[in-house]
Amino acid sequence: MGEDTDTRKINHSFLRDHSYVTEADIISTVEFNHTGELLATGDKGGRVVIFQREPESKNAPHIQGEYDVYSTFQSHEPEFDYLKSLEIEEKINKIKWLPQQNAAHSLLSTNDKTIKLWKITERDKRPEGYNLKDEEGKLKDLSTVTSLQVPVLKPMDLMVEVSPRRIFANGHTYHINSISVNSDCETYMSADDLRINLWHLAITDRSFNIVDIKPANMEDLTEVITASEFHPHHCNLFVYSSSKGSLRLCDMRAAALCDKHSKLFEEPEDPSNRSFFSEIISSVSDVKFSHSGRYMLTRDYLTVKVWDLNMEARPIETYQVHDYLRSKLCSLYESDCIFDKFECSWNGSDSVIMTGAYNNFFRMFDRNTKRDVTLEASRESSKPRAVLKPRRVCVGGKRRRDDISVDSLDFTKKILHTAWHPAENIIAIAATNNLYIFQDKVNSDMH
Amino acid sequence: MLSKGLKRKREEEEEEEALAVDTWWLDPGHPAVAQAAPAVASSSLFDLSVLKLHHSLRQSEPDLRHLVLVVNTLRRIQESMTPPTTLPPVPNPPAAPSVADNLLASSDVALSASVASLLEDLSHIEGLNQVPQPLADEGPPGRPVGGAPASLGALDLLGPATGCLLDDGLEGLFEDIDTSMYDSELWVPPSEGLKPGPENGPGKEETPELDEAELDYLMDVLVGTQALERPPGPGR
Repeated sequence: MGEDTDTRKINHSFLRDHSYVTEADIISTVEFNHTGELLATGDKGGRVVIFQREPESKNAPHIQGEYDVYSTFQSHEPEFDYLKSLEIEEKINKIKWLPQQNAAHSLLSTNDKTIKLWKITERDKRPEGYNLKDEEGKLKDLSTVTSLQVPVLKPMDLMVEVSPRRIFANGHTYHINSISVNSDCETYMSADDLRINLWHLAITDRSFNIVDIKPANMEDLTEVITASEFHPHHCNLFVYSSSKGSLRLCDMRAAALCDKHSKLFEEPEDPSNRSFFSEIISSVSDVKFSHSGRYMLTRDYLTVKVWDLNMEARPIETYQVHDYLRSKLCSLYESDCIFDKFECSWNGSDSVIMTGAYNNFFRMFDRNTKRDVTLEASRESSKPRAVLKPRRVCVGGKRRRDDISVDSLDFTKKILHTAWHPAENIIAIAATNNLYIFQDKVNSDMH
Repeated sequence: MLSKGLKRKREEEEEEEALAVDTWWLDPGHPAVAQAAPAVASSSLFDLSVLKLHHSLRQSEPDLRHLVLVVNTLRRIQESMTPPTTLPPVPNPPAAPSVADNLLASSDVALSASVASLLEDLSHIEGLNQVPQPLADEGPPGRPVGGAPASLGALDLLGPATGCLLDDGLEGLFEDIDTSMYDSELWVPPSEGLKPGPENGPGKEETPELDEAELDYLMDVLVGTQALERPPGPGR
């Protein structure tokens, strides 16, 4: 895959200082909009940065289709919950775009407790020739006005305006981990560790609780909700994943409270791989419906799995992301790395899946050819417009020249957040505080 | 400076220990298990898990997923530690189940939920949902009471708002109550009780029973029984 030349420009807009990484700049979510024209990122400091793809132009073909900063705004501020004496982090956990219904773009962004609806509009014209005001907006001396003129709209430099249209607060006791917009474009859901709420996009003072797994006695708590998503086409269906590795498909037509699932997707534990950490590594960190709506993709600590909605007993495909870590689980437990939550993505045609790993590596699996590749997102190893070189992790035995050994992997460099353009082979990779955008300009085949 | 031979020997020992730890988790039938002291290996993982649990509970707002996964892992380790008879006696395991459960019980959410369920039972008694207010006033200064609906956790603590008005007759009940009972940690944010320190060690395990005793007492008083024989709570 070729690399977008704009990565350096994008990197500069994130790094305040070339040598010092501020924690507030750590990217916490990445999301393309429905056309892929816009790419939104959220960071730990509560900011949202939106990139826009430049239209292709014949004059400068080498910069065709690259992403530039479109707008930056502060979405969430740190808050203090006085009742509990707790600080609420401003970190953006998730961003979801609303389907575009007019000239404006809208997105939902959420931190641990509050979801906000932002409207993004463009202004590229302004009226000139007022009768009562002069060019600077000051009132004119009426005695100087001798004739009436009709104000005309004149072009101006593009101004992108962002305004918060709704604030959905006080709906969650526990930390929000996901939001998902319904295909009906009127409602959306937000999920925390124990509950899922359904909101109407226009109503902020009320939400309906549709899933509640809080036990009567908190001492009996053994499982939490880790991710959830609406079905892309059926507005009554949604799925949520748990820390025990199960998926529950729920139908909102069946009951108001969807505590009883319609389908339960769970793979029985492999007895040969059983360990004290079996449960932790089976915890699902992300779930995504395919674009077709027929499959679901899940990510747990060591694998990505494809599930067919018609088969609950086990996934139809399982891909090993970094099985060489299986013998290191104890030290990964000690360092808490075993609790890292990686995301996963489908490409537009649902034929390739992608997920991140450690050492700034990310992995892609072609479901048709069954081939997979490991690539690295780092400035040191990739120059603009160069083709990314496949990487390999060796576990002993024959070692090739550029292989990385398992013991020299950098576990602080984790790629948790990735996104794939809805139609084209363009991917966005968040590596700590850097954003990488890779485009495949040559062909769409995996090599 | 250590001689080469000595240095190598130390490294080898550490490697063996690490290997034993790693293989133990993957395959309990592995011969390394029989050789190495399994009690040592599993107790180190047990200790690590307990440390993680402590650390998690110490947070003002624990990551629930992390907490649940660590507790479940701890339970698995406990289960594996108890059966084998060939193990040398380990002081930790017998106390372990109660330690883990009590640690979880003394967490913020656990306490508020325990209190919540008790309050829900008590709320059937007339005007009882108003009771927490005077008690909460005795709590740490500056802590707002009732009102703000913001978090459901706070609502749980205060009990469901059934809308019952306070019966004037109930005021009379409180006149007889020794308020020194309520100058206690009952309504203190539980996170304060979880701050690390040697004096908190034994106190942690006793706290759940203590709170239940307080609530039993409250229940007795409000239901009308006059049995006030229970002495002030121990060890505070």
